[in-house]
Amino acid sequence: MMALAAIMLIWGAGWTINLMLARRGGNGVGWMAPLVFGLTILLIWEVYVRLAGVSPIILPPPSAIAVTFSDSLPLLWADFAQTILKGAMTGYVLGAIAAFAIAVLADRSDFLMRGILPVGGFMAALPIVGTAPIFVKWLGSDWPSKAAVVGVMVFFPILVNTVAGLRDTTTMQRDLMRTYGAGYWPTLLKLRLPAALPFIFNGLKIATTLALIGAIVAEFFGSPTVGMGFRISTSVGQLALDLVWAEIVVAALAGSAFYGVMAWIEGRLTFWHPSQRT
Amino acid sequence: MKSVLPVVSVVAFLLVVWIVSVVPMNIHLAADQAARGDVAVQPDDARARQEVGAVALALRNPAVIPMTYTLDRPRLPGPQQVVGELWNTVFMVSPTSRQSLIYHGWVTLSATLLGFAMGTALGIALAVGIVFSRTMDLSVMPWAIASQTIPILALAPMIIVVMGAIGIQGLLPKAIISAYLSFFPVVVGMVKGLRSPDAMQLDLLRTYHAGPAQGFWKLRLPASVPYLFASLKIGISASLVGAIVGELPTGARAGFGARMLVGDQYGQPLVTWAALFAAAITAAALVGLFALMERITLRRMGMAA
Repeated sequence: MMALAAIMLIWGAGWTINLMLARRGGNGVGWMAPLVFGLTILLIWEVYVRLAGVSPIILPPPSAIAVTFSDSLPLLWADFAQTILKGAMTGYVLGAIAAFAIAVLADRSDFLMRGILPVGGFMAALPIVGTAPIFVKWLGSDWPSKAAVVGVMVFFPILVNTVAGLRDTTTMQRDLMRTYGAGYWPTLLKLRLPAALPFIFNGLKIATTLALIGAIVAEFFGSPTVGMGFRISTSVGQLALDLVWAEIVVAALAGSAFYGVMAWIEGRLTFWHPSQRT
Repeated sequence: MKSVLPVVSVVAFLLVVWIVSVVPMNIHLAADQAARGDVAVQPDDARARQEVGAVALALRNPAVIPMTYTLDRPRLPGPQQVVGELWNTVFMVSPTSRQSLIYHGWVTLSATLLGFAMGTALGIALAVGIVFSRTMDLSVMPWAIASQTIPILALAPMIIVVMGAIGIQGLLPKAIISAYLSFFPVVVGMVKGLRSPDAMQLDLLRTYHAGPAQGFWKLRLPASVPYLFASLKIGISASLVGAIVGELPTGARAGFGARMLVGDQYGQPLVTWAALFAAAITAAALVGLFALMERITLRRMGMAA
């Protein structure tokens, strides 16, 4: 009863602040309102767990998760290095390079392009993460098998987007290049690749989340005794859910940072595109 | 129609790569098996064979090459083995049997569909709220967008265990994972769609003296349908992945994820491969179904591309 009253009170307060923020408008509302909303949720979570007597084993309060997070920083860092830096990053880079190379090669033949677009789009919708047990069997349980899963997962979205992007020039633009006497390579480098960049970055941004998912889920099928997926599945088994939540915080931070970096590079490289103008 | 031949060519190429790869992937296993079966293999000693590269071993023992396609526990099964396993476990056993992929498929599919329905309904409701309330837009929308950049699938094992601890098992925990995976794409897509009518169209409705409700039903909702279908296609495949991953870490006994894990742990690669392909076919069928519904709906609404 008391828990319910406290939750209603916090929710009301948070929502009122946001109502006022929304009505006032102006600078800073764009980040203040979501911040207030997030803090309200965290506060309700904390108060609910404490007042309603929820077992901390089932739902640890945010404060306990924060304590676990700061206490197990070395452990979290080791898991982060194993899963994200070794598994996800290696796979992401290899998959992106392979997809990009094949897209540029296939781009020379209209026949290949028309074949690759539907097949690639179809493959991107399949549950590729299920190939994890096969790669673990082939490449062992350490990070190379995770990198392979990630590579295959990120390959198709990047391929499809690059292929679509390379076709995104108008006849007028290509004709202009021809009047300059530009051959295949100058046209590719000076017109078609720059024009494809917004598409390529769209693929690269979609792939950031996929890379993390692939690296984490592949560890459920076998891993050395380090890694975020390993830690999540074993800690869940031991009901050490505060550590699981800490790993999820790491995954969320890593995912946002990875996406943010790609979006930042995109902004620097495609500043001319309408979507980047403010 | 004109893309049929290119697509068939690309698929045929992939198939040829697969068939050719079977030989080097399995040749060591096949040579060991042949040696045990008193067939002369070059080199004769098992340890010496490990030193020889896969292609060299295949070239020195051409007689062993056919065996690479018929191993019981291959590293890479031939396509005909995977198709055979699929055929046997789909059509040759009763659908209620634990051997049947139809049984396992239904376990996964029911959770997927239930979760997808919940996630889509909630997503549409939230999108409507976001479009009509500036406060909700400001406070919730950034989180919905940010959720696309984080691997929320990592929450799956915990949801299963926590719900198991409070006595909820079976379908519902997996459905909840599917629901939150399909929820965010639907929210983001629907908000985009409900906002897609331009100022001119909104002004026209204003000159008709249409209220917000009429504007919603007669303009915003119809305009959002193409966006909704795009989100549904993303959401349904995310839901299926969610249901499969939900079966992994807790040792579920039924479902595609359970079959993959069983094949992996008991050294039956064909079981894993068949489950993987069955999951892929299911995903393709679901996405295809929504693509078909999209085409029919858009054509009847006069929006066919």
